Formats: sequence, structure tokens, C-alpha cells
Amino acid sequence: MPGKLKAKIVAGRHLPVMDRASDLTDAFVEVKFGNTTFKTDVCPKSLNPQWNSEWFKFEVDDEDLQDEPLQVTVLDHDTYSANDAIGKVYIDIDPLLCNEAASVISGWFPIYDTIHGIRGEINVLVKVELFNDLNRFRQSSCGVKFFCTTSIPRCYRAAMVHGFVEELVVNEDPEYQWIDRIRTPRASNEARQRLISLMSGELQRKIGLKVLEMGGNAVVGYLQCFDLEGESGLVVRAIGTACTLDKLSSGTPASNACNSPSKDGKEPVFGEDLLSSSGPPTPFRALPTSSSSPPPLSPSKPCSRQSSSSDTDLSLTPKTGMGSGGSAGKEAGPLKTLLRQQTQTALEQRSMFSPTVSDRVFYLQEFPFFTLTSFPPGFLVHVGGVVSARSVKLLDRIHNPALGNTRSYKLLDWNSVTADEPETRDAWWEEIRQEIKSHAKALGCHAVVGYSESTSICEEVCILSASGTAAILNPRYMREGCLDIGIVDHRFEDPSPPSCGFCHIPYDELNMPFPTQLTYCYHCRRQKVPDVLFTTIDLPPEAAVTGKGCLIQARLCRLKKKAQGEVNATAISNLLPFMEYELHTQLMNKLKLRSMNALFGLRIQISIGENMLLGLASATGVYLTALPAPGGIQIAGKTPGDLSNEHHILTIQKRINDTIAKNKEIYQINPPELTEEVVGSPIPEPRQRSRLFRSHSESSDEVSELDLSHGKKDAFVLEIDDTDAVEDIHSLLTDATIPTGFNSCNTEIMPGIYNWTSAVQMFTSVRVFRLSNANLTNQGLNKIFTDLCENLLKSFYFKLRSMIPCCLCHLNFTVAVPEEELIQVAVTAVAMTYDKDQTQEKPAEKPITKEQLQFPMELCADSSSTNTQLSSKISGSLTHFFFFLSARGPPPLPAASVDYGSFADRCSTWLELLRLKAHTIRRGSVKTISSLERSSPVPDGRSRSLRSTRGFGGSSVTVVKMTPLSFLPGTRIIKYLGIINMFFIRETTSLREEGGVSGFLHSFIAEVFAMVRAHVAALGGNAVVSYSMKECVFMENPNKNQAQCLINVSGDAVICVRETDQEPVPSNIGQTCTSETDGAT
Amino acid sequence: MAMELDVFVGNTTIMDEEVYQLWLDGYTVSDAVKVRMEGGVMEECEASADVLLSDTMDQYRTFQMCERLLYSPAKLANQLLFQIPPHRQAILIERYYAFDDAFVREVLGKKLSKGTKKDLDDISAKTNVTLKSCRRQFDNFKRVFKVVEELKGPLVENIRQHFLLSDKLARDYAAIVFFANNRFETGKRKLQYLTFQDFAFCAGQLINNWTVGAVGEQIPTDHQRSFRFYMDVDLDKEFLQELKELKILITDKDLLDQHKSLVCTALRGKTKAFNEMEANFKNLSRGLVNIAAKLTNTKDVRDFFIDLVEKFIEPCRSDRWTAADMKLYLTHYTNSAHILDTFKHQVVWDRYMGVIKSCIFKMFHD
Repeated sequence: MPGKLKAKIVAGRHLPVMDRASDLTDAFVEVKFGNTTFKTDVCPKSLNPQWNSEWFKFEVDDEDLQDEPLQVTVLDHDTYSANDAIGKVYIDIDPLLCNEAASVISGWFPIYDTIHGIRGEINVLVKVELFNDLNRFRQSSCGVKFFCTTSIPRCYRAAMVHGFVEELVVNEDPEYQWIDRIRTPRASNEARQRLISLMSGELQRKIGLKVLEMGGNAVVGYLQCFDLEGESGLVVRAIGTACTLDKLSSGTPASNACNSPSKDGKEPVFGEDLLSSSGPPTPFRALPTSSSSPPPLSPSKPCSRQSSSSDTDLSLTPKTGMGSGGSAGKEAGPLKTLLRQQTQTALEQRSMFSPTVSDRVFYLQEFPFFTLTSFPPGFLVHVGGVVSARSVKLLDRIHNPALGNTRSYKLLDWNSVTADEPETRDAWWEEIRQEIKSHAKALGCHAVVGYSESTSICEEVCILSASGTAAILNPRYMREGCLDIGIVDHRFEDPSPPSCGFCHIPYDELNMPFPTQLTYCYHCRRQKVPDVLFTTIDLPPEAAVTGKGCLIQARLCRLKKKAQGEVNATAISNLLPFMEYELHTQLMNKLKLRSMNALFGLRIQISIGENMLLGLASATGVYLTALPAPGGIQIAGKTPGDLSNEHHILTIQKRINDTIAKNKEIYQINPPELTEEVVGSPIPEPRQRSRLFRSHSESSDEVSELDLSHGKKDAFVLEIDDTDAVEDIHSLLTDATIPTGFNSCNTEIMPGIYNWTSAVQMFTSVRVFRLSNANLTNQGLNKIFTDLCENLLKSFYFKLRSMIPCCLCHLNFTVAVPEEELIQVAVTAVAMTYDKDQTQEKPAEKPITKEQLQFPMELCADSSSTNTQLSSKISGSLTHFFFFLSARGPPPLPAASVDYGSFADRCSTWLELLRLKAHTIRRGSVKTISSLERSSPVPDGRSRSLRSTRGFGGSSVTVVKMTPLSFLPGTRIIKYLGIINMFFIRETTSLREEGGVSGFLHSFIAEVFAMVRAHVAALGGNAVVSYSMKECVFMENPNKNQAQCLINVSGDAVICVRETDQEPVPSNIGQTCTSETDGAT
Repeated sequence: MAMELDVFVGNTTIMDEEVYQLWLDGYTVSDAVKVRMEGGVMEECEASADVLLSDTMDQYRTFQMCERLLYSPAKLANQLLFQIPPHRQAILIERYYAFDDAFVREVLGKKLSKGTKKDLDDISAKTNVTLKSCRRQFDNFKRVFKVVEELKGPLVENIRQHFLLSDKLARDYAAIVFFANNRFETGKRKLQYLTFQDFAFCAGQLINNWTVGAVGEQIPTDHQRSFRFYMDVDLDKEFLQELKELKILITDKDLLDQHKSLVCTALRGKTKAFNEMEANFKNLSRGLVNIAAKLTNTKDVRDFFIDLVEKFIEPCRSDRWTAADMKLYLTHYTNSAHILDTFKHQVVWDRYMGVIKSCIFKMFHD
């Protein structure tokens, strides 16, 4: 009996009228946890009932505490007939199970009904008493902290990064059970909500267990997804990065340098003033910055660089130690050494950790994957490029004898027949991950960072996708021999400045996994760099960048014949590589057109519909100073003899050149002119990535002769030979320009903007377009899709014009094909204002903080032999194509996946083949769909800002800010209160009356925001960071006047204070008025 | 690009004041888009008509969703659905309850009933205020009326507290409620020249001086008594009864002559219209006193403003009095009554004439 859950129902307000006769309501409340239910008294004839109930006590297992939500149902008492439900509140009590998070949940919660939406509010108090020491549990994983944030959360220090954790659970979807035919939509929706809540809880518990096994205490970059597979069931899966986090005491400025490149970053942690603030309870910041004097607080060994005594402490720092001066002192040793070393080489910085490596106990880990996208400086050594894998699978029905039984939803026990189900799904993901791993290896990398997984499902076909960035992490943190690429060592000996080191190629230049053009780094001149770099991670804060960044999107539609089953899956698999290739070409063209040479935060989404595939690639383009200047784009005609054509080409060429020049100006890309330096190793096929050269030999030979005035090097050649191609180029050139005063990016950090002010406006926008024309061509579809995305961005700029100058950050587009004729695009982003005058002011040299440096990690080392054949499949530092088809297996197996053909063979010639095919199919035009990438400076740091504060007059509602970023400008996060992971269903049978589909979805999204805010406020928080809308499934049937929508959102509830404040803003649970308002409107 | 579905939801609810006004004014989405385009917002932000349409639709939807909260503005502050900064809440409420003078002039003093609501399309056509906006304004009047009708305490204060309105707007609503409650006739042709603000001023005078609440100076502690003291939606019945006593001023011939000579003495040489004043004194005095004496009749209360115009303002105007003449005359007319030995109703007289004086000043347009 490890826990006691206590709940008290205080009051309700704004209840709906349930009794037409009296225009009043006789409300009472049922409080349910597990199988125990309590009831309050009926509060007769009131729309604002005061129950003030006793404390309802539930004595439960901690396992249940983790899995189950507390369910509060508000009902209207009816003497003669059944009581009518008004609505429900599900309260996830997980945050209470972690002693560092919230201690009580108390506040007003919207009462939610899946048919009517929010119907009044209820004030609830929840507490948990845990009896045992948390660490002793092994059935449960109470106490493991979860973070959606994909960097080390501020106010924590990573003592150890253990690595990848994943889990999935499977169940039947209640919507598809037979009982659904006889129950009300409300009952069905509630069953689904409850089931998903349970499954999420269980998933989190299981992941927590894995983390505990690894010796960690937290999961960072926790990404949980639902796969609504329809009749074959419901999959909830999650991945994350297990860490051991130490909390910095709340007095410490929480800026974890790895993700808070604040303008005055050195001040919080390393400023001279910190010297004065020492004292026993003071944590790190109190440490002296000079290495010569022993830290006053350190009771332990002297901190010399060599001794770095904290080896074991580092890895196994007890949780209790973190706040105390003692352990802080110990760990600070290396740190302070480091401070001195800022002028020294990165190598030396790293070297101080070397002694720790051998001592550490490593857990062997199968996948060296990290869901993090931002790392402490010096941690990421080299970045190889994007690795991705996709797999098309057929979902098979569950042959489940239990189907049809009214089983309890707690059927996640592995004895049931569905038990083998998760294993099938596990195996699928396993395959994909293996692929990713081999790709990384082929790129000479031993780890994958910025890793994520996703699915797209249409009927019974499912595309599983995974992508990440192959990288080399500091080998000093790793177990001996964990690098199976034995060659790299010499490179690590070379000191690489942090501002360019990550760009240096990780692979062997004599044995390159793919053809690319290497040059010596334009920054340090010591190492080779590729000409273009694509990654899925955030721009490292210390990276040297020229000018500003901007959002770059590639968009693509491909028609597909309607088909069933295996045929359909084959068709999709056949289309996938072409789509990836075209998306990639588009990205490349657009990147060149903006005169940029690197992409960060690349996310390629491919969605399947019945008769089409949609591809959307979004990334933030930047000009990395270390990489060579991109060449221009050259247009070439296929029929050189035609004079009019020549003329036309010249015109286009001129426009392209003008655009490039203009973009250089807009994005302030003025790289220092370098004397022409030697191009690296001989390159057989320099621009292999762009398949549309006249010929490869030609392009490689003639590059130097082309005078394009954009670069010394070869230009990217586009060939036009038909009208389609002309249109494509036109659309490339007619990119809508971003209005003055706006910037955009899809990453956290935007170079060129360093002084954020505090106004933030998070928003979600959803558009669905119905294709009216039945005979659409690929071209027509592309145009529609592109316009759809562009118009969305235009709308944002218009709506947010009052915030100028402002940057749209973390623009996250999600596309779907909900029905045959529909294209759905959902966007969540945040607009943040900045101070225009100082945008160019680069933050002062960023100091390296101790948190960053003490960041050892266990990388799993998989020394199994490299999958050699895979290297051929990697195309540049870019996406590579990989696909295989799963077909329906023999009957007894639910879904057997079959590799089509011998894969390796195919892939070795894959690029060749692709090139050929593409030529045939598209007659040599470069698919350059017009883009409206907006340029945008990428934020590299934030300055403290004047936050406009406005008291919320007599209001009793806590203002809760929300952002998809891991920080709020101008504020400091002082406490993480727990993860928010909520799933809602809303359904209506009176669509017209609710304002049509737009009205319906508008109010639903507003309701979801309201419920998130209410939960955060009840936990005592005033903000949500790393917010994301993972799922937005919308279905309509206008003929029946019906619609249904499912939304899944997640984020981290936090308390943040103004950067200047030392004390937390009083944010008493639920009834406080915090003095912040979003400045935007 | 016509969208099947198109929504934009901000964590902080985004509201454009210009669009809000267009919505309040009852513009359809397409008309609102036209107005916005003409306003030049497009050039300003490089937007297209599509963008403008989509934005307008979003905002209209937001306002529609907010509308039910605006019915009881206090809810806006503690609802959870929309996160709206307080200053914006105040703007939303104030604008929602704002009304067109032209419209209110039409319904002032009318019963706020379904019958009147049916006539709104006529009013809309007449005033050029869209029917939608007319309905909103009418419903606002009705809503405020229903809430404060039965409430104790000062009318203006009640309105301000329940609807979180500014002082000015609360006073205007008090006037509307007061007029509706007493059904003052304002629609007659002869009254057409008067603006809403003229009537609102008069209503303020009546509320402050002629209602039960007006005399209850002390703040009563228990509710029973406060009911008596602080109902200022209705005129003070006792006072109306007492007004009958004033009749003596016109029925007693001596008193009337005495009054006239006092007034004439005081006015002589001070105004060009002296002759007319002298000639008309008895008529005018009879008019005013008769109005007072008849106020016990509900019907005559309704005709209060008509009577003022017919019995006093029109005769004066036909005699070409100036506003200054009017002031002078009424001042002396009121004050001279105090000197009359046999006239014992000084308090009632002052209470009556104070209001009459200010009303007539306001209603007498040069």
C-alpha cells in the first residue's frame, strides 16, 4: 500500500442549466480512482454550488497512481430519472509523485464534456501521500521526471546522459469495439479518452522503469505519440533520452548554458559577482571562477584539471547532493578549471574528463540515439548529416478472441491475446532503428542526435518514419571501444573551435560514404567541411553564423492510384524515394536561392491519403561561416540552338541572380571574402546531389568556368526543357517575400536576433482544403499545396502585425490527408517580439558553464559489424532513401514484414536508378515548387528584456503562457512541475449550429488551451514550455451535421519568473493573479 | 482559396479593435472585408484579400464565442476559455455595450418588449444602423433593464457593478432604464429635435431628485429599509402626491398676481422679451404647475416631456426668447415663489422647479 491519494471537491461555478423548469442545476460530484468511487452531497438549485466536501481518500498502489488519472464527474441529480452527466475532469496525478515537482494540485478545472465542450468549472484539491521511499519501488517508477523539452532543462544539470529509452503499448480502440454500436457517442469518447490516459500512464511508468534500471532519474526529450490504427488497434509509443539530472537549487539562475544562450549568459553563472554570493547552501554559481584557488566550499579533493576527482560523483551523483554546497563544490572542480580554459582549445577542455571515462559503469545500449536537439558546447564533436529511414507496413487486423468481450480497459496485461501485438510493432521500429544506426555508421558517426519517430496511417497502410542527425559525440565520454569507427581518433586530437568544430566531417575523406565536395573549414582552416550541411538538431548556440536564418520549406504532392492492401503498399513504397528526392532538390534550390549553406531542424513529413501522398520538409536555413559559400543556380536549356529559348533562359537566369542578390541583402549574408583555397580531396562527382545536371562530367569540369558572380565555385544547374520546368522556376522565383519586420524559423534559436522582449503569442492554426477538381495533375496539386502553406504563413504575418518586429519561432507544420479530397495543414508556433535596434548585436563570448561541461554520458556502443551495404544508400549529408515493404504474412502471423528483394543490392544502385527514372518521369525539370520561405534571423540568444507586466485586475485566473520553445524570453524557469500530456475528443451532432467545421474546431482548440492552462495553474505553474500539438485528427460528415476531432497536446508545466527577479512570482495555486499578459494581440 | 476549414487560435485571444467595431456594427464578413480593404490595412502589411477574409472570419468567430460571456461581463474575468488581458476585456465590454444615439433615440421610453423588437427593422431602415446592431443594442438595453429593475441601491452604481461599464456609459444606461421603466414619450414629432443626450441629462435630473433614492441620504444598513430608500427606478410617489399642492399657485388668483408682479419687477429692463414674458406669465405658470399637479397620473408622467415642450418651450420659442431669457425667467420665477407669504410648499416647489429648470435649459435649443 504505497500511497494515499486524497481529493477534495470545493466548489463549482458557471454550471450549465440542467433543469429547464427552474433554470437551475442540482449538482453533485463523483470522484473515481481505479475502482473506488466517492460522491459528494447534492448541492440543490445552484449554478455555483459549494460542496466543500470532506477529503476523499484512496489507498492505492503506486503503480496505479502512475497509470490512472483521477476522474471527477459532475452530475445533475434527478429524482425520477437517471442522473445527467454534466461533464468530467481527468486529473493526471503524476506530477505529485515526484518530490521535486508539484506538491498539491488545486484550482479551477474546466468541466469537459465530449459532446458539449466546456460546461462550467470545478474547484478541486488533490494531494498524495507516498509511504515508502521512492527509490525503492521497482514496479512503479515514481519519481522519474519527464520532460518534453529536447535539451537539458534549465535549472537542472545533467550529471549523466544514459541514452535512448523507448516503449510502446497496444490496445484495441474502443471506437472499433462491437459495443460501440450500442453505446452513445459520449460513452465511446469517454472510453477512448480514459483508455489513452491509462495507456499513457502505463507507458510512462514503463519508460520510467527502464530509466531506473539504467540508473537515471529523468527522461528528457520525451516524445509520446498515438497511432490510431483503426480496426487493428491503438498504439501508444514513446521515445526519450534517459538522464541523471541534478537540480540546481532554486536560487541559482537556471540558465543551463546548453540551451539558454542568453545575451548575458555569463552573468548568471559565471559573473564576477557570483564570487560574493558564496555560502554553504549556495550551489554552483557561488564558486570562484579562478582555478588557482581551491573552491571554498569543496570539502573534497582539490580540483585540478588532471585529477578531476569527481568521476564517480559525476555519474552517480546522489539526488540529495545536488543542493548542498559540498557536492557542488566537488563537481565544480573541473568546471572552474574550464573557465580558465576558455581561451584554450576545446581539446583541452575535453581532456579533463578523460579520467572519468574509464571508471564509469556503462550500460550497453542498443541504440545510441538521443532525442535531444540541443547540447552543451563541446559535447557535439562532429555532425555527419541527416539519416532517415522509412518503412511501409500493412496493418493487420487483430485476430483477437477477446474482441467483443466487454473487457476492462486495463487489458494491457501481456497475457492477453493482443500481447504479441506490441512485439510486432516493436519489431517494426526495431528494424527502422537498426537502419538509422547503420546509416549513422556509414557516415562515420557513432550516435544519432535530434532523433524522432513518426507514422502516417491511411486505412491499412502505415508509413513508419524515423530521422535524426548522425553525429560524433565527445568520445571522452564514452566507454573504450565503443567507437567502431576506428579511424577517427586523430581527428579528435585536432583542436576544433566550438564555433565550427561540429561542421567538420566525421567520415573519412578518402572513403566517403557519399560524394560531396570538401573544402577546408572557412573558419579554422584546419579541417575539411562539406559544402552543405543538413541536420535535424537546433543550431548549436556557439556556432559561427553569417547573417540571419529563415524558414525553408519544400512541398510536394504526388497522386497515386487508389488501391488496397499490398498493391497499395507497393505503390506507396515506389513513390517514396521520388518524393524524398524531390523534396530534397527543392530544399537545395531554395537554400541556394537564399545563399545559405546549412539546414537545421529539418523535418520531413510524408503523409498518405487514399489517392495521394503529401510531402512537407521544413527546416531553418542559415549561412554557416565555416562552410563554403554556396554557388549560384544556373539555368540551362536542353535545346541550345533555339534562340528565343536562349533569350528566355537568360531572362530567367537574370531573375535568379537578382533574387539571390536580394536575399543576401535581406538575410544580411556578407561572408568575408576568402582567398580561393584548395578544394579538398578529389571529388569524383562533385554535385551528385543535384541530379539535374546536363551531365555530371560537364558540371564538374565546367564549374570553374561558369561566371555566375555568386560564388567562386560551381553553380547549381537547373535544366529547363519544357513549360512545366519554366513554371517551376517561376514559382521558385515568385516566392512571396516575408514582410518587413518579420522573421521565421522552425528551430529554437534564430541567429541574428539576440534581444527578445517578453511578448509571446503562441498559436495553433488549422486549415483544410477541399480539392474540387477531380482531374488534378501533380503539378496542379503542388500548386494548391504550396499556396495552402504560403497563405497560412501570410495569414500569420497579417494577424501578428501588431507585434512587429517579431519572429515566428518553432513553426511546426503537420500535414495530413484526412479524406480523399482533403488536405489538412496544422501549424503551431510562437511569435516573439524583439528589440529591433540591437538585432545585430551578438552576445558576448558565451562562457561555458559547469553544467555544460559536466555532461558525461553513456553512449552505447554497438560494436557489431557495420552494415556495409548501407553506405551506398546515403545521399549526401542529406536524406537518404530507404524503404521496404511489408506484406501480409502467413495467416497465423498478424503482420509479417517481408523485405522486398535483396535490399542491399538494390540500394547500391539506387541513386543511379533514381536519377534515371526521374529523368524519364519528369523530363529533366527541377521540381522547384515556389516557396515562401521567409527569411528569418535565427535567435541565438535572448537578452533580458523588459517584460511588460500588467496586473490582471480583479481576475482570479492565473495567466498561463504557452510556448513550443524550451524557454520564455525575459524569464527564468525556476521549477518544472511535471509533464502535461492530454488527450481530448470532441464530437458534435449539431455542426451547423456550432458554426460549421471552423466554429467547431475553433472552440475545441480554445477549449484545449483552456484545459492545459487550468491544469498548469492548478499545479502552481504559470507557463508551459516545449508545448506541442502532437495530434489533431479531424473528421467531418456535413451531411449528417456531425464532426469529431481528437487532439493530443503535451508540454512541460513550469514556474518562471522574470529574469531580474530573484524570488518567484507568487503563483499560488489557482487563485493568483500573476502579473503577466501576453503582449500580443 | 476557399477553405473547407480555417481557424487560428492564439493562447492569448487575438482581437482587432477595428474588426470588433465592424462586427458590432453588424457588418457581414464580406462587407467588413471591403471596409478593411478600403481602410488600407492590406498595403500596410502586404496582405491579400484572402488573408483579410480569413482573418475577418476568425475574428468574427471569436467574437461570436465571446458574445455569451459579454452577456454577463463579470464572467469574462474569471472564465477560462479565453485568455484576454484585462484592459482588453474592458474594451470588449465597453464597446459591446456602446450604442448608437440615433438608435437609442428611437426606442427611448418604449417598452423593451418583443413587440418593440419586431419593429427593429423599421428602426434599422430609418436610422441606418444595421438590424444586427439594432438587435444587439436592444438586447443590451433589455438585459440591463432586467438585471437592475429589481435591484436595490443607486441605479447607476448597480449598472456599473453588474456590467463593468464606465461611469459615462452606466449613466446613459441608467437613463435608458429609467425611461423604459416610466415609459416617457419621446417619439412625438414635437420632441424630435431633442437628442438622446438631452434626454439622458433630464433622466439624470429626475433620478437624482425625484425618485425615492434621491432623498434617502443616509446609507441604510438593513435591506428592508434600503428597499424603500434606494429604489430609484421609480419616481417618488409621495412627492408626486405633494406636487398637487402646488396648484395653489395658479388657482389662488391673489397668489398668481402676486407671483407675476414679483417676477415682472425682477425682470423689467433686463431682457428684450420682457413684454412677451409679462403677457404670457399666467399661461406659462399655469402650464408648469399643471404639469406638476398631473404627475400622479401614469399617463401624464409619460407625457412629461411633451408637456414641457408644448406648455412652455414652444410658447417661449414663438415669442423668440433666447436661452438667456429663459434662464433669467425661470430663475426669477422659481425664486419669487419663496417670497410669497401664503405659499407654504417651498421644499416641494424647489424639488420640482430644480429639475424643471435644468430640464428646460437642456431642452431649449436656440
